[in-house]
Amino acid sequence: MKRYSDLEYLRLSKGKKFLYKLASFFLGIPGAIGRFFLRIGRAIKNAVFAVGREFKDIGTTFVKGNIHTKISYVIMGWGSVFKGQWLRGLMFFLFEAVFIFYMIFTGSYWLSKLPTLGELGPTETYDPIYDQYVTTYNDNSFKILLYGVLTIFFIIAFIYTWRVNIRQNKIADEIIRSGKKLKSSKDDLRSLVDNQFHKTLLALPMTGILVFTVMPIVFMILVAFTNYDGTHNGYSNNLFTWMGLDNFNTMLSWDSGSGGAVQSYAATFGEILTWTLIWAFFATFTNYFLGMFVAMMINKKGIRLKKAWRTILVMTIAIPQFISLLYVSKMFAKNGLINEMLRGLGWISQALPFWEDPVWARVTVIIINIWIGIPYLMLITTGILMNIPQDLYESSRIDGANAWQQYRKITLPYVLFITGPYLLTSFTGNMNNFNVIYLLTGGGPTNSAASSASGSVGYTDLLITWLFKITMGEEAQYYLASVVGILVFVVVAFISLVVYNLLPSIKNEEDFQ
Amino acid sequence: MSNNQSSQKRHMGQKAVNRISNTFIYILLVIISVVWLIPFVFILLQSFRVESTYQVGYVLPQQWGFDNYLRLWESNFKTWYLNTFIIAVVASLLQTVIVLCMSYTLSRFRFKMRKALMRFMLILGMFPGMLTMIILYRVLSDLGLTQANAVPGLILVYIASSGMGYYVSKGFFDTIPKSLDEAARVDGATRFQVLRKIILPLAKPIVIYTILTAFMAPWGDYVFAQYVSFGTSSGMNVAVGMYGWLTQDQINNWYTTFCAGGVIVALPVTILFLCLQKYYVEGVTGGAVKG
Repeated sequence: MKRYSDLEYLRLSKGKKFLYKLASFFLGIPGAIGRFFLRIGRAIKNAVFAVGREFKDIGTTFVKGNIHTKISYVIMGWGSVFKGQWLRGLMFFLFEAVFIFYMIFTGSYWLSKLPTLGELGPTETYDPIYDQYVTTYNDNSFKILLYGVLTIFFIIAFIYTWRVNIRQNKIADEIIRSGKKLKSSKDDLRSLVDNQFHKTLLALPMTGILVFTVMPIVFMILVAFTNYDGTHNGYSNNLFTWMGLDNFNTMLSWDSGSGGAVQSYAATFGEILTWTLIWAFFATFTNYFLGMFVAMMINKKGIRLKKAWRTILVMTIAIPQFISLLYVSKMFAKNGLINEMLRGLGWISQALPFWEDPVWARVTVIIINIWIGIPYLMLITTGILMNIPQDLYESSRIDGANAWQQYRKITLPYVLFITGPYLLTSFTGNMNNFNVIYLLTGGGPTNSAASSASGSVGYTDLLITWLFKITMGEEAQYYLASVVGILVFVVVAFISLVVYNLLPSIKNEEDFQ
Repeated sequence: MSNNQSSQKRHMGQKAVNRISNTFIYILLVIISVVWLIPFVFILLQSFRVESTYQVGYVLPQQWGFDNYLRLWESNFKTWYLNTFIIAVVASLLQTVIVLCMSYTLSRFRFKMRKALMRFMLILGMFPGMLTMIILYRVLSDLGLTQANAVPGLILVYIASSGMGYYVSKGFFDTIPKSLDEAARVDGATRFQVLRKIILPLAKPIVIYTILTAFMAPWGDYVFAQYVSFGTSSGMNVAVGMYGWLTQDQINNWYTTFCAGGVIVALPVTILFLCLQKYYVEGVTGGAVKG
């Protein structure tokens, strides 16, 4: 492909400019991938060197340090206590004590079970006294996996703390050697509301995120490599165990009937992914442009009652979505208000298949989503429209631009420029828009080729509602749900990466400022 | 002279065009308002219908009355409503504290791990949240916080990860000039004093915005609430409870009651929302612009 210089590029016609950009984007992909791997390689190299430096530092600290520092390598906090920082030392020591106790009494047990996820399931023994079978529950795969992961987290935290403990000693030694005074425990406490205030502020939120987001995500990623499901719940029926990449093979195989359905999982996944992307595209851009349009109408000079129009739309945000969505869903049902009314008027003889026909259902969902989304977009774009310098419009009017030209050359670029990142998050948000789909259609109408005994799949199902249905079915195939979840992550991450890399080029082109 | 006349004519022409386009816009706006309000008006009207409890082909009730509201009072709706209210109040307060801690820190402090932390949370946000439900459900049920005890369980889950939603308020804190902090620090104030005496009073809009959105969210949450209450009526929130009224075999008995319930749920939230509309608009527009 011919490369153009900037000047040559500007001389191209619109269509050619677009084609050129598209071509250079796709031609750039190999280079980008190459750079990506180079960056990974460099990161690995840096990491190895960093680890090396750490070990060297640990070694030199040990050699140079005095006896208290040396003891700190075994008994954490020893050095700090003897150098007068008893609060820090005590914390280090307590942490070590708790860690050792935990590892001896429970941690080692969970760790040793982790490679197998338990071997002995529930057993039944005959109890002659009561003349009945008694079930004894033995290993619990779920707990083994959960606490195994927690134990690994704990070990990592311990190693990190141990390193911090040594660094503290080194710093303290250096300060003492230079003749300055060490921070007292009182100083430490005070710094928690002053210089180190961010640590105090972040402690609570980060704990919550670690326990309720990071840990579950790690756990669920691991579940994708097991056979955890309703019939292997790891406790009261069968234990579950590691399956390697089997689940990914199932999900991505084209063998029909692999999950009891007529078509293969890969075909079903492909179908749902395609619809998810179509839905996200339309849901994002219909809302975006129509919302902008409504905002421009309300903002136009000479339109009265601006506040009233806005309030009417904003009010619909306040009403909980489950009420409005469920109600609207019933309005469009076979015997719902709309069909009954139209029939009463004699306009139709048979009910319109809003939720029964795949194409009708998909279009209806997108249209109702416009109804949901416009108020938000109206609010967002109103704020931006007010910020556009008015003299841009005036000077363009003097130059003879009509309303459409003004929109194309001033309004749209300006709004696009500012809302670029928002468009991206809204796109990925729509991909995972569970509420709208689930409350409106429940995923229906049923796609019989893709459905199986273990779960039904519908034509309006997004990946996220599919994931939900998998976990809710009789067999509750959690491992497949995890695989779907990981694939959703891959898709979202890929789109975000690509768009983020494209965004600067958009920005450069909008040189309206 | 003639030149002047023609420009006047053009001016008049433009005025006429303007008037036509404005009329057109008014018509469109009226249509839009009607379309947007119609479902809510319908819900309101049907909640007063006495003669039948199922879906019919007309909107205006033939017989008006409060039967549906009475029926609501006799059903489990009270429990669901109370549950949701408690969740909304507690979660909104705690969530606000957490979100503000997070966003203020990320906006104001420059510490070593800041960039990495933000990138990490961005990546975490790309995982579908639903994925974590399975394990959270099992953990909550081990703690005894599911089914009948779903309320504390739900509160815990709502607030625990709320730190991830710091974007909007961080954008707000970014707009408060840093020189204010620095001036106070020069005068000897600690970081904590800066936050309490200077930032918090200025952050009133964003505090209200955070409380308001956090208060509204539990009223509409269906998925996780359904998971945690797991068919136990006393642990449901309004969304889960009322969803059960519109299933295939229940809808003919409960359709109008659902409408009445919808009115009772929507009214306080809507009134509160309209009162605090200003702050909401500020938050939404600011958040989107700053990304």
